[in-house]
Amino acid sequence: MTTALLLLICLVTLGSAATAMLLRNLIHSVLLLIGSWIGVAIFYLSCGAEFVAFAQLLVYVGAVSMVVLFAVLLTRRSRTDVTVSADTVSRAWSAVMAGGAVLAVLLYGALMTTLPAASAHGPAAPVKQLGAELMGIHAASLLVIGMILTVATLGSVVIASEEPSGKKEDAP
Amino acid sequence: MISSPLQLCLVFSSLLFCIGLAGALSRSNSILVLLGIELMLNAANLNFIAFWRFGPAPSPATGVIFVTFSVAVAAAEAAVGLALVIAVYRRQRNIRLQEAVRLKG
Repeated sequence: MTTALLLLICLVTLGSAATAMLLRNLIHSVLLLIGSWIGVAIFYLSCGAEFVAFAQLLVYVGAVSMVVLFAVLLTRRSRTDVTVSADTVSRAWSAVMAGGAVLAVLLYGALMTTLPAASAHGPAAPVKQLGAELMGIHAASLLVIGMILTVATLGSVVIASEEPSGKKEDAP
Repeated sequence: MISSPLQLCLVFSSLLFCIGLAGALSRSNSILVLLGIELMLNAANLNFIAFWRFGPAPSPATGVIFVTFSVAVAAAEAAVGLALVIAVYRRQRNIRLQEAVRLKG
């Protein structure tokens, strides 16, 4: 993988993520975040992790984005308005300062550490081997993840379908 | 300064993490806070793949399997989080975090 390609992926991903966090229109934010998730998937693909790249595309670009868009549409303030009210300036500044402090610590750690040289050619993880490992030594973890997903999905259905007691929902 | 692809990947994921952190802290709309958390999770996954790919002695598939599990947990988290957002909206007609101060309706 060339450094130029990696830099391009970084620029697209970070740019769309940062713009999404700045916008006031929620639909635009979600659409930009979809672009950012696609950038991450292309990064995985260029690193040779095809399975993860397609999992990222299916889960984030396909599923999570749709769930978020539905949540935006179900919780908008009026029929035509999907913008959010502006946040206070002091809140934004303190968030930027906290993020900048964490970034400084992370960058210090990443840039000041002498990392060992990479191996000549990266590891190969073909899907067949992945499947064998998932069904072999990681079978218990796979079952636990399946349980978590089932319980979380059932729980979210229960939470979202509950009507507030004593108050009928008025028609929008 | 940045000498290896691994370092570039680490800088990339640090930036993505901090964008998500600043977004989650600065916005008061709960959907945007959730999206910021998703960005932070993505940055952590980037690190797994970067160390798996560019690390010194790569193990065959550990990084990939770890990221697969992490993506599954992130999907569950998004589903529960957005269900909570919808439940809060039902009760309060609003999803601003400052106004969601009661757990019991």
